[in-house]
Amino acid sequence: MGASPAVAGVDPTSPSAAHAQLKKVKKQKVLLMGKSGSGKSSMRSIIFSNYLARDTRRLGATIDIDLSHVKFLGNLTLNLWDCGGQEAFMENYLSQQRAHVFSNVGVLIYVFDIESRDIERDLATYVNIISALVQYSRDAKVFVLIHKMDLIQPLMREEVFEHRAALVRRKTSEAVAIVHKQKPEQGSSGQQQQQQQQQPTSSPSPSSSTQLEPPISLQLFATSIWDQSLYKAWASIIHDLVPNLSVIETQLASLGLAIDADEILLFERTSFLVVSRWTSAEGEGNPYGDRFERMSNILKSWKHTCSKYTGTPRNAEQFSDFEYKMGATFSMFATKFTTNTYILVCMPPGEARFNSAKLNVAAARSWFKFLDGPVVSAQQVGGSGPGATMGVPSSYGADGAAGTHEN
Amino acid sequence: MTSASVEDGDVLADTSSGPSRPRPIRYISPAALNLHRVYEQNRQRLRKKDGAKVPDPTAPQTKGKPRLLLMGQRRSGKSSISSVVFHKLPPSETLFLESTARIQKDSLSSFMEFQVWDFPGQIDIFDNPNFTFDMDAIFGEIGALIWVIDAQDDYLEAVARLNTTILHLHRSYPHINIEVFIHKVDGLSDDYRLDIQRDVTIRIQDELSDQGIENAPVNFHLTSIYNHSIFEAFSKVIQKLIPRLGQLEAMLTNLCRTCRFEKAYLFDVNTKIYIATDNTPEDMASYEICSDYVDVIIDFTEVYGSWSRSEKWRERLEGEPWAQPLDEQVACEWAESGMVLADARRPIMLREVDRFLALVAIMKEGSYEKMPQINMNVDVVVKGLTDFFEITKSKEVSAGGPPGLASPGLS
Ligand SMILES: Nc1nc2c(ncn2[C@@H]2O[C@H](COP(=O)(O)OP(=O)(O)O)[C@@H](O)[C@H]2O)c(=O)[nH]1
Ligand SMILES: Nc1nc2c(ncn2[C@@H]2O[C@H](COP(=O)(O)OP(=O)(O)O)[C@@H](O)[C@H]2O)c(=O)[nH]1
Ligand SMILES: [Mg+2]
Ligand SMILES: [Mg+2]
Repeated sequence: MGASPAVAGVDPTSPSAAHAQLKKVKKQKVLLMGKSGSGKSSMRSIIFSNYLARDTRRLGATIDIDLSHVKFLGNLTLNLWDCGGQEAFMENYLSQQRAHVFSNVGVLIYVFDIESRDIERDLATYVNIISALVQYSRDAKVFVLIHKMDLIQPLMREEVFEHRAALVRRKTSEAVAIVHKQKPEQGSSGQQQQQQQQQPTSSPSPSSSTQLEPPISLQLFATSIWDQSLYKAWASIIHDLVPNLSVIETQLASLGLAIDADEILLFERTSFLVVSRWTSAEGEGNPYGDRFERMSNILKSWKHTCSKYTGTPRNAEQFSDFEYKMGATFSMFATKFTTNTYILVCMPPGEARFNSAKLNVAAARSWFKFLDGPVVSAQQVGGSGPGATMGVPSSYGADGAAGTHEN
Repeated sequence: MTSASVEDGDVLADTSSGPSRPRPIRYISPAALNLHRVYEQNRQRLRKKDGAKVPDPTAPQTKGKPRLLLMGQRRSGKSSISSVVFHKLPPSETLFLESTARIQKDSLSSFMEFQVWDFPGQIDIFDNPNFTFDMDAIFGEIGALIWVIDAQDDYLEAVARLNTTILHLHRSYPHINIEVFIHKVDGLSDDYRLDIQRDVTIRIQDELSDQGIENAPVNFHLTSIYNHSIFEAFSKVIQKLIPRLGQLEAMLTNLCRTCRFEKAYLFDVNTKIYIATDNTPEDMASYEICSDYVDVIIDFTEVYGSWSRSEKWRERLEGEPWAQPLDEQVACEWAESGMVLADARRPIMLREVDRFLALVAIMKEGSYEKMPQINMNVDVVVKGLTDFFEITKSKEVSAGGPPGLASPGLS
């Protein structure tokens, strides 16, 4: 390997090999639910439509269901059902429209407003929604966002969140249990019920609910539109929906090794959510565990800053070639990558190393073309090398950058 | 109320009020030390010029650091301002700041060391039944009085108290600049802001001329912690306390001319206060983007530059094929950054001058191609900025003639 780390065409992990595994993408139905005013439309607008947090104060109430098709990475369409949270509508989803709303759901995102006065009622609604979901889309993933955490005193946040999260977990288990009770033929929960009946003296619900791990996938997040927590939650939500994730991961890893990087982050261009990332063994020593969502937040606000300055629309491309060299400590750059992505590379210091990495990243663009739409054929990939050799130490960079011509 | 005291002699940081945040590591750069000397000289000159009460360096509280006094009504926003500007508290978290009955004294080491004193609004230092304040201990230091007025509230009492304060200061402590922050203007329309500013200005000037005072050094700023205005206002306040500001400005003006920059700022990185800019007209939009740029760089630095890599990592990078220490593999030992705005390929650049200062400039359209020359010119100016402080130093030692500023040497 040594001499030509970035040679796309001959590497076993090369696009031609990887692309053979590319799968066609199907549409994903994503339900976004929670009481009216809990912040659903706000987060959707910030993540996918470039709103600023303060703009959300002007959002009108969502009436009924607001269906939007969010294009993500060019070929993934999220069918986002933002369900107005007014009680009357909630009733309606649960009765007449039950099958229509809850069938074929890939993901349910349920938002709780931490400031809500009526927790009991919120939880009761949530239980009903979970029941409907389990009934019609057993494999759906559930993400619960405990939202508006900025309204809680900073020192209290963790405790308040943990408390609420425990409550939601318990209610989820209970909801699932109820559905299974209604269909006793469905195995284990029926037995559970029998066990309970055999031991009428034992303390009832708490123990039975802890025994019952919810057979649905549930993840909880503390969020606020005023900080990076929103990016953390949404990156997890989209992570499993991104098609061909393993191909992306493999190729990021080859790129990272080839250019001697310590970390590479791949962002979707509109939301700036981290789609995929790679970290070197040395990079794993980074003590900032929240850096991925933090980088999303930083770069997205930077995009807004640029948009304000240039007067061009926020969803337009705003900056390119962001370079930062911190003396002999580290270097990094963030730049437009494929049509739908930005890339951030953090690497060791050194002028030659930096120039070589930039050339190689440019050359690797073609490996990732498939992110932008219909799968391209293997021949197209890896074809066009930049052929740039200037300023690159011959020991590896020049071969690497120009290497796409070989083969 | 009696607990409010400035006699406790504790000038060092007392920041018990705000939530704790990681602070930047403090140490004194050569630049900071030298500015401090210049400041001492100014003090001596002032003492000779008018017989006014000049800071007495022997008093324990006055350690020769310019002092910013934050005063105003309760809940006008004083603690919020100092937390946001000097401790990077996110504005929305000021909602949780508790009010205290004590004077909060903070001492900041930055490019220049200064003290920030936050006075609880309920204390009237001139007319306090329980306690007699030592005026010299409060005002006997060069600096600025920042009077904060809540523009979203009834401000008549605030203005009346401000008038009393100005009258006191004018007589005994004329070396104190008076800076009025008409604050919390977020959420107010532009017209309404200007109306308030006009009204406040008139009320103060009328009162002062009734007392026979003309041309008192009173300045007005419209501010909010929710946008850049508070940093911009502090920049103005602090620039007035910088010795030989004109020379710094001339260097930046020169740089803009030779490199065809649109605008250049010298930033204090920790506070995002700009201590000098070139002589082109003020432009809030340019300040905003440059200040946000500094923010991004600070974040990048913290996340990727604030922890140490392993010895193995270094050995590998310094081995073959590079075979050179990392220090020698880099082109510039200080932090440097560049970025291109997509619309017209307009570059913005940043160069660290020392641990506290950074030069940030917006370039003209299409100058990206000329980066190598620009970098050379920037090198020269950065050298000039460092010399600026060095020359000040040697001047003091030799007590020679007027300080001849080395020309930045651009051609
Ligand atoms: N403090 C705070 N307010 C929020 C947050 N998210 C949304 N909001 C506010 O909550 C209100 C209702 O939000 P909206 O998105 O319309 O709620 P929806 O009915 O669930 O779609 C708006 O005024 C938002 O500005 C948050 O994280 N913190
Ligand atoms: N809207 C707005 N509120 C502010 C601003 N500055 C401070 N506040 C709020 O004013 C309240 C009182 O602030 P505080 O700093 O405690 O006032 P102090 O008593 O003068 O120290 C807090 O709730 C702050 O969040 C501002 O620029 N705009
Ligand atoms: Mg809505
Ligand atoms: Mg206060």
